[in-house]
Amino acid sequence: MIGEPVTRSDVDGDVLVIGGRKIPSRLIMGTGGAANLEILERALVASGTSLTTVAMRRIDAATGTGVLDLLRRLGIEVLPNTAGCRTAAEAVLTARLAREALETDLVKLEVVADERTLLPDPIELLDAAEQLVDDGFTVLPYTNDDPVLARKLEQAGCAAVMPLGSPIGTGLGIRNPHNIEMIVAAASVPVVLDAGIGTASEAALAMELGCDAVLLATAVTRAGDPERMAHAMRLAVEAGRAARGAGRIPRRYWAQASSPDPDAG
Amino acid sequence: MHVWINGDQRELGAGASVLDALAELGAPSSGVAVAVDGEVVPRAGWADTRLADGARIEVLTAVQGG
Repeated sequence: MIGEPVTRSDVDGDVLVIGGRKIPSRLIMGTGGAANLEILERALVASGTSLTTVAMRRIDAATGTGVLDLLRRLGIEVLPNTAGCRTAAEAVLTARLAREALETDLVKLEVVADERTLLPDPIELLDAAEQLVDDGFTVLPYTNDDPVLARKLEQAGCAAVMPLGSPIGTGLGIRNPHNIEMIVAAASVPVVLDAGIGTASEAALAMELGCDAVLLATAVTRAGDPERMAHAMRLAVEAGRAARGAGRIPRRYWAQASSPDPDAG
Repeated sequence: MHVWINGDQRELGAGASVLDALAELGAPSSGVAVAVDGEVVPRAGWADTRLADGARIEVLTAVQGG
């Protein structure tokens, strides 16, 4: 469970720790896009996730607190986001409301510049991050795949950095793998690949590049079979993590035989 | 007096509190947060926070997203 004390063996045993919390699964899920709560439940269970995002909106008498009740029943920690916020002021207010409603200091900080790209507004994002860190939040910012911005967010006290692979909901995968590698190389907080994943190989690639976790929603919730895709993503994240730890062979220009030379000896 | 709850105009008695506004909306008491005129009102202050005429009350909860 999230919230247990972190021990030395967790660090050695490859357990993800964000802001002092143990996160048992390296696949962080979103809940957006699922056709209904039954489909969402099957997908979340198949994903094996232990941390899942929700958005904050005006309460609707018809839907009530359904998604919250589901996550609590499944024992999944809630990660509120600030989706829909365009300015630091909006994001800070939304984060404070989320903390009040959900009794958590975790926040996925999202401050986007426009509806067409949903790309983070770096100036508003950094401003909001600084304010929320000062206010005691554990801030997980959704950021551009920009190593400089990622460094500044870390310096501001964010508990992780979450660069995009490509714009939200596009399924275009990781458009700039080298930037992700540079962010990983420089970061001393966990790096979570957030947004753009379309299929399992891309989630595996994120982990092979050295990311500590993957956050995705649409790739599962809008897949033909969300439950099967959730299972595929779980395997992909585990496979990618294992491959990263195993140490891949170097890329070579020319072939290198893997069987003995018949003329040798 | 008139107040705005989640964008809709509502009629509340003079001296109504945040708790009265939540009752008017039929909102559950857990899993929600309240802002009045852009400021968060902590749960502990709901009963004692009086609303002014024309106050804008936002009642939020978690929905599918992200």
